[in-house]
Amino acid sequence: MRIGVLVFPGTCDDRDAAQAVAAIGHTPVRLWHATSDLHGVDAVVLPGGFSYGDYLRAGAIARFAPAVRGVVGFAERGGPVLGICNGFQVLCEAGMLPGALTRNARLRFVHRVQHLRLEAPTDRGRVVQIPVKHGEGRYVHPAPHDLDAAGQVFARYCGPDGSTGSEVNPNGSVDNIAGVTNAAGNVIGLMPHPEHAVDPLLGSTDGRLVLTRAFGAAVAP
Amino acid sequence: MPRVHIDVMLKDEILDPQGQAVQRALPTLGYEAVRNVRIGKHIELDVSDDTDLPSMIDGLAGQLLANPVIEQFTWRVDTD
Repeated sequence: MRIGVLVFPGTCDDRDAAQAVAAIGHTPVRLWHATSDLHGVDAVVLPGGFSYGDYLRAGAIARFAPAVRGVVGFAERGGPVLGICNGFQVLCEAGMLPGALTRNARLRFVHRVQHLRLEAPTDRGRVVQIPVKHGEGRYVHPAPHDLDAAGQVFARYCGPDGSTGSEVNPNGSVDNIAGVTNAAGNVIGLMPHPEHAVDPLLGSTDGRLVLTRAFGAAVAP
Repeated sequence: MPRVHIDVMLKDEILDPQGQAVQRALPTLGYEAVRNVRIGKHIELDVSDDTDLPSMIDGLAGQLLANPVIEQFTWRVDTD
């Protein structure tokens, strides 16, 4: 597959995202924010960073970029889209994913290796290790149980045994939610960084599984 | 030219850790009476005369200046 890696002014994880795409056997294609042409890619990643300086709110300005307009149309045709960290914030601001992300409950920037419990049907209950690094990762949704009932929770913060108490919640996200999908399942947002966990040198290769699942989440248009 | 003042605040039910941190700092200055602090954004817009302000403000604040999932806004107008 050819997988687009969207780059905004202020994006900083695009290089790791492109390397991770290559590490799982796909071809990364850099996509600049100023054009809505996605160059015929089969999936799109919105990587982490601080798009447009995160002015106003994280992701609030990036949502107006021509490339995001292209991504909206791509997703409506069923194309797989993965937003990581700032990319997740952009997808929420664009209304492509439910809920919103705001300041961490304890006001600290968190940067650590985190256990996640995958909730998608193919891997339900599987615990993986993926790094988190964010200051505004507290997921907010007015009715998280509705998301669960609709199968739209992609992953939760958990302990090594898969338990989801508040003590393993790095940012105060409602119901420990670390990632969600849209109703159709082809758009995924994830606060942790699977692209930083694709090589044993980095301490975990679990990101490969997460990325593979994300890009396989839908039939390419 | 009217100047529009818009206040954007987190909804009451959304935790405001920034406000909490400031509230916890105040007693060290001797201000024990402050029980709660909420922090938001104040935005000023200078707008052409003859603008339909209510519909414009609802549109731009509802779509960009505030995120309706977590924030609410109020506004008022000054006319020179």
